[in-house]
Amino acid sequence: MAETLLEARAIDKRFGGVQALKDVSLTIRSGEIYGLIGPNGAGKTTLFNVFTGLYPLDGGEVLFCGLPLNLESPHQVAAAGIARTFQNIRLFGNMTALENVMVGRHVRTRAGVFGAMLRTGAERAEEAAIRRRADELLHYVGIADRAGDLARHLSYGDQRRLEIARALATDPKLLALDEPAAGMNATETAALRGLIEGLRRDGLTVLLIEHDVKLVMGLCDRVAVLDYGEKIAEDVPESVRANTKVIEAYLGTSAH
Amino acid sequence: MNMSGREKLGLALIAVALIALPFVLALAGTAWVRITNFAVLFVLLSLGLNIVVGFAGLLDLGYVAFYAVGAYVYALLASPHFGLHLPFWVILPIGAAVACIAGVILGAPTLRLRGDYLAIVTLGFGEIVRIFMNNLSSPVNLTNGPKGINRIDSFRIGPVNFSGSDTIAGLVFSGPIKYYYFLMLVLLAVIVINRRLQDSRIGRAWVAIREDEVAAKASGINTRNIKLLAFAMGASFGGIAGGMFAAMQTFVSPESFVLNESIMILAMVVLGGMGNIWGVIAGAVLLSFVPELLRYTVEPAQMALFGKLLVDPEVLRMLVFGLALVFTMRFRPAGLWPETRHRREMNENRA
Repeated sequence: MAETLLEARAIDKRFGGVQALKDVSLTIRSGEIYGLIGPNGAGKTTLFNVFTGLYPLDGGEVLFCGLPLNLESPHQVAAAGIARTFQNIRLFGNMTALENVMVGRHVRTRAGVFGAMLRTGAERAEEAAIRRRADELLHYVGIADRAGDLARHLSYGDQRRLEIARALATDPKLLALDEPAAGMNATETAALRGLIEGLRRDGLTVLLIEHDVKLVMGLCDRVAVLDYGEKIAEDVPESVRANTKVIEAYLGTSAH
Repeated sequence: MNMSGREKLGLALIAVALIALPFVLALAGTAWVRITNFAVLFVLLSLGLNIVVGFAGLLDLGYVAFYAVGAYVYALLASPHFGLHLPFWVILPIGAAVACIAGVILGAPTLRLRGDYLAIVTLGFGEIVRIFMNNLSSPVNLTNGPKGINRIDSFRIGPVNFSGSDTIAGLVFSGPIKYYYFLMLVLLAVIVINRRLQDSRIGRAWVAIREDEVAAKASGINTRNIKLLAFAMGASFGGIAGGMFAAMQTFVSPESFVLNESIMILAMVVLGGMGNIWGVIAGAVLLSFVPELLRYTVEPAQMALFGKLLVDPEVLRMLVFGLALVFTMRFRPAGLWPETRHRREMNENRA
């Protein structure tokens, strides 16, 4: 059995009087694609935002690679090795595709103000390496031909890919994708599926929130289901599909 | 960056023109050299503010505070006020460092603010600094209050004093001409530094914060430190400009550092094109010279046309100013010369 990469223990999150997450525990193993599904408002994105340090949590803890994860600031989460994309794409619109990915290298590079002002040898070498890596990643996600275009001029599908490339640039151990297939047509979804399968082949662990149940069931190794902020199931897709609680959450209780 | 032969020729011509410029202006009167010097000073200030506003997207309405800090540091360390007469090359870095610290002091409490809220706080900060300068004359006379500090030392490099004239090979190098050349050297350095920062890891982080702060955080940028860095860098440039201002004027007083100056510098950045170094320079030159041109032409023109002064040049100046800003915002909202660096550079790299 593969080792545990991320372990969430008894996560609680409240917004005022609303309990968005209640006692949610889950484990993500190294090298798997872990799906997170649930009806609208179940708390999927909230959990995501907790994992990536955007929301402070009200209870519980998160272990990453066996160590407590400092969730105080998102940049430390990124440094620890969790990268994410956003449900409503958040790119740096007025930067080029290449520059967007280069920003992702920030956390793995060191050059400071003085290095840049003096253009030291070390700074130039690092800058060249950043550019090279960003270029590779654009090839990897298949939008290398758009490298020089402003991010906001890219098509919707390409923007999704660019966001993934930017996340990959931080050298993550865990890539968290928040509804990557939202708004995509069948062809685009198929291409995205190929991309995610490629990521798994290359040894990356993926956490996937998705509404497209077919995509999740076909792609994921294990799936967790959230409903009203509580985890109601966590298992391989086949068992989850047959779980009565899950069916009830999606379809409602049968009338007697 | 590799340049084509034509670009090199163009740059060489600009360099020759800039070297010859003060002597041509001196023919029209030394006042014009002085006006040019102040225009260059404003270019420096705009480039400093451009780091904060243009790159990092933090609206700063109190930028003149750093200019004031630099000017007062110079004034206190090179005048009879404290009897200190340090050389300028010692004071300018000190001024930059003190302004830098002031930048961090301003930046730290405002990190969570954006947009309008940040603008209000920075506006307040600018006023606080000015009011401090105005009132720090008792119990210890630090700034000499509203009377200001005068008889500030001019620059001196060895035997060459920037306050007097020297004649070399038949050419008269007046004080302002010497300052002009010094300013040009500083400007060159500041442009190079700005360009390098813009294309660096730090510069990208600034722009990323401007574009989307949440995404920047999630991409691993320590937004707190990077924003503070923007404030500190911008403030340092302001501090250096302030030091040169004090030396050129040989007099500083709080009334040189009013809110209006901050707004003027901001207008230069916005009019020229936020984030684009050349646009900002163009904006600063334009807004520095046009009022002076009006000052010198409006009065004689009216006298010739109507035989009497109908509109005060100062009034007309504000009118033209306002119209220019309104028209820019209406027809070129991104500025006269907006930021287009991205695509251009990419194409260069591919070619």
